[in-house]
Amino acid sequence: MLSRTAENLYWLARYVERAEYLARTIDATLRVTALPAAYIGKTNEWDSALLTAGVATTFYQTYEEANERNVVDYLSFSADNPSSIRNCIEAARLNSRSVRTALTSEMWDTINSAWIELQEVWSKGTSTREDLAKFLRFVQETSLRFDGSAYRTMLRNDAYWFSRLGLHLERADNTARILDVKYHVLLPEEEHVGGPLDFYQWSSILRSVSALTAYHWVYRETLKPWLVADLLILNGTLPRSLASCYDNLTRNLDQIGVAYGRQGPAQRHARGIRNRLEHSNMNDIFQHGVHEFIQEFISDNSRLGEIITKQYLI
Amino acid sequence: MAVAFDEMNIPGGDLRPAYQELARWLKETPPEALEYRRQEAELLFRRIGITFAVYGESESTERLIPFDVIPRIMSGKEWTLLEKGLKQRVKALNMFLRDIYHGRDVLRAGIVPDDLIFQNPVFRPEMNGQQVPHDVYVHIAGIDIIRVDAEDFIVLEDNARTPSGVSYMLENREIMMRLFPDLFARHRVAPVERYPDELLSALRSVAPQSASGEPTVALLTPGVYNSAYYEHSFLADKLGIELVEGRDLIVKNNEVFMRTTEGVKRVDVIYRRVDDDFLDPLTFRPDSALGVPGLMSAYAAGNITLANAVGTGIADDKAIYSYMPEIVKFYLGEEPILKNVQTWRCREPKDLAYVLDHLGDLVVKEVHGSGGYGMLIGPAATKATIEAFREKLKREPEGFIAQPTLALSTCPTCTASGLAPRHVDLRPFVLTGSKTTTIVPGGLTRVALKEGSLVVNSSQGGGTKDTWILDE
Repeated sequence: MLSRTAENLYWLARYVERAEYLARTIDATLRVTALPAAYIGKTNEWDSALLTAGVATTFYQTYEEANERNVVDYLSFSADNPSSIRNCIEAARLNSRSVRTALTSEMWDTINSAWIELQEVWSKGTSTREDLAKFLRFVQETSLRFDGSAYRTMLRNDAYWFSRLGLHLERADNTARILDVKYHVLLPEEEHVGGPLDFYQWSSILRSVSALTAYHWVYRETLKPWLVADLLILNGTLPRSLASCYDNLTRNLDQIGVAYGRQGPAQRHARGIRNRLEHSNMNDIFQHGVHEFIQEFISDNSRLGEIITKQYLI
Repeated sequence: MAVAFDEMNIPGGDLRPAYQELARWLKETPPEALEYRRQEAELLFRRIGITFAVYGESESTERLIPFDVIPRIMSGKEWTLLEKGLKQRVKALNMFLRDIYHGRDVLRAGIVPDDLIFQNPVFRPEMNGQQVPHDVYVHIAGIDIIRVDAEDFIVLEDNARTPSGVSYMLENREIMMRLFPDLFARHRVAPVERYPDELLSALRSVAPQSASGEPTVALLTPGVYNSAYYEHSFLADKLGIELVEGRDLIVKNNEVFMRTTEGVKRVDVIYRRVDDDFLDPLTFRPDSALGVPGLMSAYAAGNITLANAVGTGIADDKAIYSYMPEIVKFYLGEEPILKNVQTWRCREPKDLAYVLDHLGDLVVKEVHGSGGYGMLIGPAATKATIEAFREKLKREPEGFIAQPTLALSTCPTCTASGLAPRHVDLRPFVLTGSKTTTIVPGGLTRVALKEGSLVVNSSQGGGTKDTWILDE
């Protein structure tokens, strides 16, 4: 397949995944900030939202204060923020148009309808909480529909695998960024377990990766910070955990390798990261430093993106 | 201006035979039902994303071409005649091009004046003496046809470069079959669905000799911002070929390759929807980012087929158009089956004098213009516009031709106040391969939606209709 087609499919999946992640982040932040100030503590949750989205620096070039209105606007609708939800959907549509021949009609329909709805219904942003909730649901449903149509209708060939690579790489990055911003509340030595502040922080983290219910099923315990970290980093059964993303990335890369009859640096690099995750446990990670571990992961993960690009996409 | 020929109604109240079933159906169908399906059709078009861009409009760069749900119907007998005429015309176009870039018999015989060729910016000296595979220059032609009476088909324009619109022919049919199965079932409509297959086999048949047994065909597009991008992706999809942009292709040792995830792969035939000027920055415009550096040398080496060939603009130029009847006779020794619109060549003093005297009655077109831009429609223009145009014309008479305002035929069309006649033209698509010329029965009918308007171009507010050729 054309390198450009593969590149477009890869980025298309990344944009859709990112849009959904942003919607979840906003949703989770709204919940935390709805709590009485005493529960939230001193942290500005909207600031954290900007940090996990990786746009804090550019945000402050336009706005003075990180409050609900400004942050929701910047993350959702801003034309200046290259990774706002609006721009993600715009970019996804543009990518889709470039590779229409590689998309199934269901996938195209999902992206095109979302783009039409964005213009017809959401062009002025949202003015009420109800509107915002509706908008966030619309974004998440678009992502679910897109993912579902890809899963149900695409041929299992390189087009599918490249699209999945984009999805899992983006997802791993998102999960890692939440951990990066919130790692301080996950440290075991800050042993004020059960305090309302942290409880809400943890559940908010889990909610932003849609893993709150999963937590209870996996651990059958009250929320404990190191278990939250364990779930998001090492648990292979949680679709948004780093381990799970890398199971998928190595599998998809292997499928490409088999189809093309050769392996390359991307396959080796991905396998390396997966092996490290597989042979880690939370004790070691805490010993080594969660922050360092996550930082290293983020840079390894984006390195994989570069290697894939060089090996296949240009 | 004469009263337009109506394709459905005979003056006096009778119906032309091809329209009898439609008339019966219209009588049985309540207007609300028709309106409902009209809206359905629009929704479908929007969802599929069949849009086009209008140049010069910054906002809302994607627009929908209005679709009129009332089909335009022609009898099989009419089509047979038209088909024969089209084949004759395209054959002559190809022979003319081959001659212009080789022996130039047509110039020596004095049929066409030399300067119209050599001083024409669309003439490509790079093509002099160059062999094109199988001597085919125009693989895909879109010939714009109008009618003014029941007998004749008249060519308004030959499109021999990168004619567009065929995706609308196919999508319009698809939508009509989906929304009006009942109306469809009452007619025997000749199918158009085999167009992609015919196109692919025509393209494969003209592969260069150095190609492998299974030649690789790709469609070259300027990219997503081109007004016809939807069509490019649509066709690539239907043909099952890669949709490439200039940056996807590279030339090595005079062979063309595309960059794929598995390394480079040779391409043998390029169905290009990029204009000559932008094809190869080394040969043509050096600022073109759409093209492929070195493509022309691969072409000269005979390792790639370009469809259409480079330099075909010299055959569909409006200045050459007026010579087409003589060109047909010269190469084929036959009377042209399709007529030409009477044309005054402003480069000739006698014609110019006539045109200047009759500006208010004529349509004056730029020789190198297209898409309905930059023309004067005398009867619809204000005095001031006419005077301004007169000065332009006097300054550069060789840049213009003039034609009478023709009463294009009309067909019943949905309007805000019910069905009403609107002017139409027709663009059938003629495919020429190494051995055969084929035309799927039908084409793109364009309709001027504004009452009395004769401008059918989509860039000027025209719409489209499905075209039914009855299989008798």
